[in-house]
Amino acid sequence: LAMAPLASAQGVVAPGDVVFDDYGEVAQSLTGVPGNPEAGRTVMATRSLGNCVACHQVSAMADVPFQGNVGPSLDGVADRWSEAQLRGILVDADRTFPDSIMPAFYKTDGFIRPGDGYTGKAAPPDLPPILTAQQIEDVLAYLLTLHEN
Amino acid sequence: ALLMAGSGSADPDHDDLIVNGEIDMIERAPAPPYVEAFDEIISGWSFRSDETQALQMDDFDNPGMLGVERARVMFDTPMGSGGQACSSCHETPEALRGVRATYPKWDEERQTVQTVEMQVNECLTERMGAEPLGYDSPEMVDMAALIASVSRGMVVNVAIDGPARPVWEQGRELYYTRFGQLELACANCHEDNAGRMIRADHLSQGQINGFPTYRLNNAALISVHNRFRGCIRDTRAETFPVGSPELVALELYVASRGNGLTVEGPAVRN
Ligand code: HEC
Ligand code: HEC
Ligand code: HEC
Repeated sequence: LAMAPLASAQGVVAPGDVVFDDYGEVAQSLTGVPGNPEAGRTVMATRSLGNCVACHQVSAMADVPFQGNVGPSLDGVADRWSEAQLRGILVDADRTFPDSIMPAFYKTDGFIRPGDGYTGKAAPPDLPPILTAQQIEDVLAYLLTLHEN
Repeated sequence: ALLMAGSGSADPDHDDLIVNGEIDMIERAPAPPYVEAFDEIISGWSFRSDETQALQMDDFDNPGMLGVERARVMFDTPMGSGGQACSSCHETPEALRGVRATYPKWDEERQTVQTVEMQVNECLTERMGAEPLGYDSPEMVDMAALIASVSRGMVVNVAIDGPARPVWEQGRELYYTRFGQLELACANCHEDNAGRMIRADHLSQGQINGFPTYRLNNAALISVHNRFRGCIRDTRAETFPVGSPELVALELYVASRGNGLTVEGPAVRN
């Protein structure tokens, strides 16, 4: 992926500019750069990034210990949801599941007492989203590999 | 219909907690009417592993009792300009039996809700001419553990009516506020998902009848406000300081959600 950094930065959709349809779907790629499923898997397993396994069980990630069950198993999600639906769920799950406890991974405003990561201190004025646009696309690419059987 | 690969069972167990073979705890009680999410309130002890549970069943195995012993020494030690010890006025720690079960509590003189820690500092500064202890200092947590330990087995009965009511309501409001970048309220984890696993952690109802708790992960006694701060921090939020009006209000509200359980502090947790 030898994209010039400038070119890719220009192609990135900012959190405030993401376009959702009425069902919470996001059709357009956030970066225009295809996601890397391996990188996405790492984001999902990493505590300080997606930490998706805190709430979800994924059989294909059996090597990652201590998977939670606060949310549904992600086995077979690629059969249940389209790419645009999954992107929408990752960006802001509330648009698909109203009042979901699943965090919005690509959102930067509307929070009550946002912190600076896990420090307990106040957030900086330019609080970044939890995941970058490319990390969202990477996680999405991995989710799209999760077919039943 | 979720089958977990390798993780333990998710429901709290029905083991019976009897400490030192004599203090029979109430681990399950009917939920107070203002706790609408549950029929039954359950002590955090019931959510822990058998190994962790066992450590709380005998004072010789409970590392939190070392803090209690340290505080017993402090209780008899003269402090401050008057040369008095706690025991000058309260004779023995056992004279304070019952305190933990009813705190936080409205203080008529101060016109405010006081926690046990605030009450201890009141005696230190206003009655003994001593410096206050840090709200979350090891000495204060030890003293809170001592004051809890002499009430073990008593039924939690925190008052939420009268002048304490607005503070209780503020605490309830905080309990249901979705803080931080993860937008999670106490209720999202401790009501909606009690009994489930969040990564390696078995979510309890977040009761505080066992506080201060000895946490094996920290190898230390942990105060109520310290625990609250940790949970708020984990939502990627800006926390509140220990002893702040917000955490006092939250403590009153959360304590009242445990009305009917028994005082267990110092409990043992992972
Ligand atoms: C704090 C808990 C939590 C975290 C963290 C979390 N989720 Fe979720 N997720 C949920 C819940 C709960 C649902 C079910 C929808 C609802 O009812 O709100 C859900 C639903 C989903 C769905 C739809 C699944 C289906 O089959 O219906 C997908 C896909 C998903 N999450 C992916 C992820 C990914 C990927 C991450 C990490 C980047 C993640 N989640 C992090 C709680 C969480
Ligand atoms: C000079 C006397 C004096 C000393 C010394 C003293 N106290 Fe007190 N303490 C009191 C009095 C009087 C009250 C009752 C005040 C009230 O009820 O408002 C009280 C109340 C308390 C209470 C609340 C009791 C209740 O039923 O609500 C606690 C807890 C307490 N003291 C702990 C301590 C500790 C710990 C020390 C030592 C660090 C200490 N006190 C030292 C006089 C003293
Ligand atoms: C993201 C999930 C999450 C949120 C939100 C959360 N907690 Fe917790 N809390 C935990 C976990 C995990 C533990 C450790 C396991 C347990 O005891 O439930 C815990 C433990 C506790 C305990 C210790 C219980 C015991 O028996 O030792 C208390 C008290 C508590 N939480 C209160 C709160 C309060 C009050 C809030 C809101 C300010 C809150 N929690 C928000 C996850 C959470």
